[in-house]
Amino acid sequence: MTDTIEVKLISTADIIAAIKASTEDLFSTMLSMEITSSETLAPQAVVSAPASGIISLIGLAGSWAGTGSLACTGDFACKLSSQFLMAEYPEVNEDVLDAVAEFTNMIIGNVKNALEEKVGEMGLSTPTVIFGRDFQTRSARTHEWVGVRFTSGEHEMFVQMCLAPNPDPGAVKGIRPGYQFPALG
Amino acid sequence: MLDVLIVDDSAAIRKILQRVLRQTEIPMGDFLEAGDGREALEVLKTHSVRLILSDINMPNMDGLEFLKNLKSNESWAKIPVIMVSTEGSQAKVLEAVELGAAGYVKKPFTAEQLKEKLTALY
Repeated sequence: MTDTIEVKLISTADIIAAIKASTEDLFSTMLSMEITSSETLAPQAVVSAPASGIISLIGLAGSWAGTGSLACTGDFACKLSSQFLMAEYPEVNEDVLDAVAEFTNMIIGNVKNALEEKVGEMGLSTPTVIFGRDFQTRSARTHEWVGVRFTSGEHEMFVQMCLAPNPDPGAVKGIRPGYQFPALG
Repeated sequence: MLDVLIVDDSAAIRKILQRVLRQTEIPMGDFLEAGDGREALEVLKTHSVRLILSDINMPNMDGLEFLKNLKSNESWAKIPVIMVSTEGSQAKVLEAVELGAAGYVKKPFTAEQLKEKLTALY
């Protein structure tokens, strides 16, 4: 007799719906800002993002594993951080990077909560935030990214996920590995 | 005066929690901060606090492990702890309550939601 492992499925529509609900919840509760989901991004190998700006990545592990990302321009990150922390941020600094990390944690964390109802518990890593020019982000796995392009006034923000059933059946969630943000020069 | 320890690996969230606490009618004393459960236990060795707000997902020692350590220490066991976390599954909330959490606020939260939890305690 052969042992079988039941793989519970998440559809692209499940991920998109969870991203929209989670992002809108953050904007209405902690940012008091309007945001509109303007486009569902078709599955692709690389993360959609502005050519320059901020991208924040957070890992998920459990019966399904992958990465969530949030990307926007530096200007929009400053605007969001100013609203979040009730202080003026004219340029990207440590506070802005930390705020973007927390937005990612809250948005992807709540997507995770929604998807856990279908596939069971997953763990979340510490977000990693990158600020720079002309970069591209690609998952080392072959799975594709899906996501949503949001607009708020003249600004755009992308929330995306790359998730697949975890090939390691013994995979369990763990606590966050420590990570220090690199200091800006 | 209420001296408060805020435990979260996000400096942004620690700032926001301080701001919301200052907006309440409860007279606030000093705010102490820690980036994870291990740091929080060190802070408690040298400072006395009357309220703790703690995240769950943190490096080194997570919020539930911190809560377990806190409640097993006679000197600290009675300090009320409100968990403030993105983790929102019923299992996690129940685990926190069983370990002795006095309240649970899910991120993202409004100032009113946090104030409600505090009003219930004080």
